[in-house]
Amino acid sequence: MCLAVPGKILSITGEDFARMARVSFGGIVKEVSLAYVPEAEVGHYVLVHVGFAISVVDEAEAMRTFEILKQMGELEELEPKVGEA
Amino acid sequence: MKFVEEYRDPVAARQFAEAISHTVTRPWTLMEICGGQTHSIVKYGIDELLPKEVTLVHGPGCPVCVTPLELIDKALQIAAQPGVIFCSFGDMLRVPGSSRDLFSVKAAGGDVRIVYSPTDAVRVAAQNPDKPVVFFAVGFETTAPANAMSVFQAKQMGLKNYSILVSHVLVPPAMEVILGSPDNHVQGFLAAGHVCTVMGFEEYEPLAKKFKVPIVVTGFEPLDLLQGIYMCVSQLEQGRFEVENQYARAVRRAGNRPAQELVAKVFRVVPRKWRGIGEIPQSGLGLTPEYAQFDAETRFGVSEYTAQEDPECISGLVMQGAKKPQDCTAYGKRCTPDHPLGAPMVSSEGACAAYYRYRRLREPEPADAGSQRRG
Repeated sequence: MCLAVPGKILSITGEDFARMARVSFGGIVKEVSLAYVPEAEVGHYVLVHVGFAISVVDEAEAMRTFEILKQMGELEELEPKVGEA
Repeated sequence: MKFVEEYRDPVAARQFAEAISHTVTRPWTLMEICGGQTHSIVKYGIDELLPKEVTLVHGPGCPVCVTPLELIDKALQIAAQPGVIFCSFGDMLRVPGSSRDLFSVKAAGGDVRIVYSPTDAVRVAAQNPDKPVVFFAVGFETTAPANAMSVFQAKQMGLKNYSILVSHVLVPPAMEVILGSPDNHVQGFLAAGHVCTVMGFEEYEPLAKKFKVPIVVTGFEPLDLLQGIYMCVSQLEQGRFEVENQYARAVRRAGNRPAQELVAKVFRVVPRKWRGIGEIPQSGLGLTPEYAQFDAETRFGVSEYTAQEDPECISGLVMQGAKKPQDCTAYGKRCTPDHPLGAPMVSSEGACAAYYRYRRLREPEPADAGSQRRG
């Protein structure tokens, strides 16, 4: 039930608690309340749960998982293989 | 879809699984809190990528599953009243009450409607001023801001015919019950990413310290879960017990402050009964006095009703990580998604339904596999 899906803000109307956006989820567009993400702007990705954006996706943080994987890959290459000394 | 597909990359998933294998030197039992995480783990076979030392047990984070029987019965009583429009998220309709479910009320002529958002129910109330409209406000912290907004809007619009049947529960008190149990064998937690999106993760720090357990705020995609497991077992192997945030693209330390503010205005913390677990103090939300007029329980006079749960269903033990679904004698036999005995077989996020959907055609695991490993 706590499912939240990331979508891209296409346009914004209204203010404060009545601030609404058209958000595209891979091409499917829905009306979403921006009441809880006053910092959200057109072009941002927001996480949407039951019609409400609950967070703006931090794109720099989103890359971290892949940076960690890259570092792990590089470390593995540095490690001596079994049989090598 | 951006921020979804890339976290399902099978090559990267194997890389994390290998890193976990290299890190682990002894058995560890972790619990994922959220039913959405349970669903992903079983759907993508994340647990099968892990070394045999790492056991995942499934937590109580499925709101459909933990809503107590008596609240389902109250919903049924209200929905069956003539003239009432009863609105609910779709997954509550098949949850069995003492004698029937919301679908059967609808089949018998009741006006039961599935809505996507609680604000849809407010719209129904505005369009039907002569009829009482009730929304079944079920959920964890993730859903509380949306449900709070529906009541806030109804008050601002002066709607006298809107009310909510509140079944809101909170994650940290349930974790404390699990950790405080003498039978506990959970050594590390994957905290529920979207609950923390709303609430932040400061409130988990005292729990990590008190019970000396690592808690990693974790997302829902395969790479999120594998990275969360990697971070959690790394802490365990190093003897650390901190709160870490794997899901930083969505979760900030303080959470979503505007959402927390409206939740605090509309709701207050109250004791709540959890299906299969019993009453947990300070573990739920009820309406504040300022919004008490929107409480469906008092409006329809069902506050005092109580009901006893079926003693055969072991859902409470499953949701506390003490048993796996296939340890239940009714699993897959008397209890299936078409004829559920207990709520974890109803919701797609329930552990029993996830196992039934993705695992039932395979060899059964040894009985009680999850509860033999103790830390």
